[in-house]
Amino acid sequence: MANRIDTRFERLRAEGRKALIPFVTAGDPSIESTLPVMHALARAGADVIELGVPFSDPMADGPVIQRSSERALARGMTLGKTLATVAEFRGTDSDTPVVLMGYANPIEARGREGFVAQAAEAGVDGVLVVDYPPEEAEDFAALLAARGLHPIFLLAPTSSAERIAAVGRLARGYVYYVSLRGVTGAGHLDVGEVAKNVAEIRRRVNVSVGVGFGIRDGATARRVAEVADAVVIGSALVQALADQPDRAPEVSGHWLAEIRAALDAPRYD
Amino acid sequence: MKPYDLPDARGHFGPYGGIFVAETLIAALDELKAQYARYQHDPEFIAEFERELKHFVGRPSPIYHARRWSEQLGGAQIYFKREDLNHTGAHKVNNCIGQALLARRLGKPRVIAETGAGQHGVATATVAARYGLECVVYMGSEDVKRQAQNVYRMKLLGATVVPVESGSKTLKDALNEALRDWVTNVEDTFYIIGTVAGPHPYPMLVRDFQSVIGKECLWQMPEVAGRQPDAVIACVGGGSNAMGIFHPYIPHEQVRLIGVEAAGDGLDSGRHAASLSRGVPGVLHGNRTYLLQDSDGQIIETHSVSAGLDYPGVGPEHAWLKDIGRAEYVGITDEEALRAFHDCCRIEGIIPALESSHAIAYATKLAPTLGRDQILLVNLSGRGDKDMHTVAERSGMEWQ
Repeated sequence: MANRIDTRFERLRAEGRKALIPFVTAGDPSIESTLPVMHALARAGADVIELGVPFSDPMADGPVIQRSSERALARGMTLGKTLATVAEFRGTDSDTPVVLMGYANPIEARGREGFVAQAAEAGVDGVLVVDYPPEEAEDFAALLAARGLHPIFLLAPTSSAERIAAVGRLARGYVYYVSLRGVTGAGHLDVGEVAKNVAEIRRRVNVSVGVGFGIRDGATARRVAEVADAVVIGSALVQALADQPDRAPEVSGHWLAEIRAALDAPRYD
Repeated sequence: MKPYDLPDARGHFGPYGGIFVAETLIAALDELKAQYARYQHDPEFIAEFERELKHFVGRPSPIYHARRWSEQLGGAQIYFKREDLNHTGAHKVNNCIGQALLARRLGKPRVIAETGAGQHGVATATVAARYGLECVVYMGSEDVKRQAQNVYRMKLLGATVVPVESGSKTLKDALNEALRDWVTNVEDTFYIIGTVAGPHPYPMLVRDFQSVIGKECLWQMPEVAGRQPDAVIACVGGGSNAMGIFHPYIPHEQVRLIGVEAAGDGLDSGRHAASLSRGVPGVLHGNRTYLLQDSDGQIIETHSVSAGLDYPGVGPEHAWLKDIGRAEYVGITDEEALRAFHDCCRIEGIIPALESSHAIAYATKLAPTLGRDQILLVNLSGRGDKDMHTVAERSGMEWQ
């Protein structure tokens, strides 16, 4: 069976559209909200949902996602419950790809093989482990591949040509280009620099290129989409949900629909 | 035993160590690795390092025979390696000088550090002042409260101390925050990690700089005691003072290496910081090692009377030495450490750090079980001035 991520990117390419990838933390703003939020995001035009697995020590994340992770853990969210949520989501949505994004230790505590088997069964399509760079991820990438799941990797402005090629050898589905130096939710973004680096990545990696970090609104998303295949939005959405926790599904739906509209609006230039 | 030559090129000690960081940090680590490879055998770099250790730190630190205490215990002879006599009062400064010299050669004008008890922060602030580098120290807000005196020392030395409010607000969270700073400011910033943990090349680099401790012991022990010790004992939090004294002794197979972890309220109390004795392997802060974690892989809060041992992980080389059986790891409770602290003050006239008191406590437990001709060498890694308030509070003594 083809991986849902590939199916989705093929369809978008045929339609001349760009992928929109929202990130939310599993278990925030509440454990019960995660499933309806996922459905709302899918209805509002999400092409892939990145579901954050909360971790006690999210070293690569800025304050917004750190706090989100802390809240989720305080409410009792676990990797097991995250997988169960994905399985439930698959009960009514068999098309929208789901990528789990998190840190290595919860996966290692569960056992890597067991985790991959359970993720495949739950209907997960890709896994991005922030602290598994390619040199530490070959075995894990092979375990995922054996189950038809895609290993998703990060690339940074500081990644050398050699490293981009190393990531290219293992990456499936898409690579996630981190458009800023720093942690998630940081600073402002230079679209010119992004364009240059994405072009460099395309020369060495033959999967789709998603761009994230620093994208907060429709206008920025649209400019980034002109140079990338996919736009990833995390901290801004997580913050919007934190601001109105009681209306999480409605807020996420409205919020993403606006970005979707900006991405799909006809060009007049 | 096969020649011991670890880590491998990718920073592995058996299954431990490695480079488990986000892609955003890889370039900085690659640069550090390349520069360290260039300078570690450079005669000029080594000469400068040794000159600084001699004239700024006051090395070599002496080895002292705790004769009266050994007499009273009636067994093995206990010797102290006096790292407490270093400038800044602990072993931490050895490593800070090495890394600051690297920072200067890399042209980085700004250094950052994480600190728990504040000893590594003070040592970093000290060398930053010495070399004219800007210095920012991350410290959990809980530790800022507990270690007010060290916070003030860092400020006197010109450093900025940033209290960290995330997570458990202790050392591990300070480390997370320092990593975030580094990711953001990697162009002009050098991260001076204080222990033998973190992503490669840090565990190797910190070990190499701290190995001066063990190397001195190798020539001092025959002079002072007539021969090498039967056992070397050191406390283990992250494990830098232990690795510094252990590493040169690894090929000396007849010398037992004993690491002493903080058993807090007891190894089975659930309130301790004994990662090697009670943890399981996992991935945190850039390396694979033994970690104190729950069944879902979340890192749990640790406890020790000594802030410097209060860390849920441990350097990956200790994990490997444990697995291959070259070193043994034991636990000493808060109470045992405090008793050794007081005894050391009164019997030997030395006020040891609470961290070092764990190693001393184990030595005084072991000594009576051994013959009088046996020799125990304890790394007295720091002095206890910083612990006055904690000890007074715990002992119910009046501060004045």
